[in-house]
Amino acid sequence: MSMAAEERSVRVPWALTAPALMLFVGVLLIPLAMTVMLSFHDWGQYKGIEPVFILKNWKEIATDPYYAEMFWRTFRIAILTTLLTALLGAPEAYILNRMSGRWKSFFLLVILGPLLISVVARTLGWALLFGGNNGLVNKLLMTLGAIRSPIPFMFTETGMVVALAHVMMPFMVLSVWAALQRLDPQIENAAMSLGARPLTIIRRIIMPQIMPGVLSGAIIVFSLSASAFATPAIIGGRRLKVAATLAYDEFLNTLNWPLGAAVATLLLVALVLIVVGSNASIERRYAEVFR
Amino acid sequence: MAYLELDRVSKQFGTTTVVDDFSLAVGKGEFISFLGPSGCGKTTTLQMIAGFLDPTGGMIRLEGKDLTAVHPAKRGLGIVFQSYALFPHMTAAENVAFGLEMRNVSRNERAERVRAALAMVGLAGYEDRHPRRMSGGQQQRVALARALVIKPSVLLLDEPLSNLDAKLREEMQIELRQIQRTIGTTTILVTHDQNEAMSLSDRIVVMSQGKIEQIGTPQETYEKPASTFVSQFLGKTNDFAGTIDRTAAPVRIVAGSWSALAPAGLNGAVTVSIRPERIGFGDAGLNARIVTRIFQGNHWLFQCDSECGPAIVIRQNDGTAQPAEGEAVRLTWRPEDMSVRARAGA
Repeated sequence: MSMAAEERSVRVPWALTAPALMLFVGVLLIPLAMTVMLSFHDWGQYKGIEPVFILKNWKEIATDPYYAEMFWRTFRIAILTTLLTALLGAPEAYILNRMSGRWKSFFLLVILGPLLISVVARTLGWALLFGGNNGLVNKLLMTLGAIRSPIPFMFTETGMVVALAHVMMPFMVLSVWAALQRLDPQIENAAMSLGARPLTIIRRIIMPQIMPGVLSGAIIVFSLSASAFATPAIIGGRRLKVAATLAYDEFLNTLNWPLGAAVATLLLVALVLIVVGSNASIERRYAEVFR
Repeated sequence: MAYLELDRVSKQFGTTTVVDDFSLAVGKGEFISFLGPSGCGKTTTLQMIAGFLDPTGGMIRLEGKDLTAVHPAKRGLGIVFQSYALFPHMTAAENVAFGLEMRNVSRNERAERVRAALAMVGLAGYEDRHPRRMSGGQQQRVALARALVIKPSVLLLDEPLSNLDAKLREEMQIELRQIQRTIGTTTILVTHDQNEAMSLSDRIVVMSQGKIEQIGTPQETYEKPASTFVSQFLGKTNDFAGTIDRTAAPVRIVAGSWSALAPAGLNGAVTVSIRPERIGFGDAGLNARIVTRIFQGNHWLFQCDSECGPAIVIRQNDGTAQPAEGEAVRLTWRPEDMSVRARAGA
């Protein structure tokens, strides 16, 4: 009887997770595997996709500096976006955490606001403000005589970083906020009673303790920014491509699916390596302190 | 002159008065406890001394100087928090050294004083341990060392032992008292535990609803409680409703079938309160019946049903025969063991 019960207790979890598991396998794992396979296929302008196993696409990516430039730009933008969100998001979360009741919930809503609006609408908002001569802010500043020519924003890396940082900010703030919630509410008083001034308290007591939150927020922001599509597509367009828009173009414009698949696969592998690697090093670094 | 003086201190949050007209003079080296149930304002008072809260009214003076004008970081008080509030990213030694660092104590002297402080609380050899890797009792000791290493003018303890289990708490009480005696730091302890307050302090400030009920030595507050609240809060007590009988000469105090010569200065309805261990069984006195009899090793605990309501009696287990459950007894006590107060609302 106990054997039967044991058998059942093994089967039940599998049975319960089966639907989700099947969905996961069907719409994620299989297409992903097919994409990886696709990256080894051949493609020609006239012959289309040929299901053979060759390294042509990978060789092209490895040797043509055009692709290296794409990937460098992608990661440069992702790193700058991450730095910007950390620099602005951590203080933002700290201030938010110190606010009292009603203001706290109001500003939390303000910070989460971007998540409630479509990323396309948000990015187009930036385009409306800074888009060339017709951008509202540019127009205003030029009318006031503050600037001669419009601030370059569209089709620049700066513009992409700013727009991405705006989109990603909630992830950083929430992540740091979660870390702040774990702080002993008396810890600042304790430091103060020992003679520490406000800035010293932040630097010596608060910062080291919220660092894991900043770092896990950074991992989220970095991976989302490096694989972001909508914002780079709108701000950068065809002129300033990143890995995601490059893969998109290969698939839908050049129709070179195998090459697009190779770009997408490389982006995925690089991101997984970076995220897993940094996560492991963070866990090792803080294991002693934050068990 | 008082070392630390609280002069008519009060604190209001909105329209709620949390601390009301709190006056206390603490002598140098004294160990004072603020004792009361949660919400009685004891922690608020401590936080005002620490500087985390500003009093709404009144003055706090340290050695004659106004303390409220001094920034909390400059008050030089040592504080042990209920949660210990250790810095989890620093080792025990770094935690203890933090206050000295803030005072720009040289590296060598710092190391020496940190070592001595940790040794004093029995944590020699734990310098490089992180707080999360220490037990509750060890964290408590680190917090104490951190507060004491800066040689504070006053040591403030906010329910420091409440997170420890009973046995450890008792050990820490003894240790805390010894350390305090040795270094002679003026200490204020906030606690809701009457045993802790009695075993540690020179004087106890019993508080209720933001007001001081009584200030006195542990013995005074236990033996001569100033109010029903104090007698109920500090240990078990029996409160009997009595009256002063003016028709008798000399005037007598009467509670049921028990009576004695009335103390001077009281009239009408009174409350007679007697500690359970001061009541004996006799031939005359208050009529009662034993409801339950519980053996507790070194003493017997009796719950009785008396003429004046339920009563508790504690008798030392001295080997003599004790009355059985259901037996009728007469409760008696010496007049000097009771305290008599005018009964409220009568």
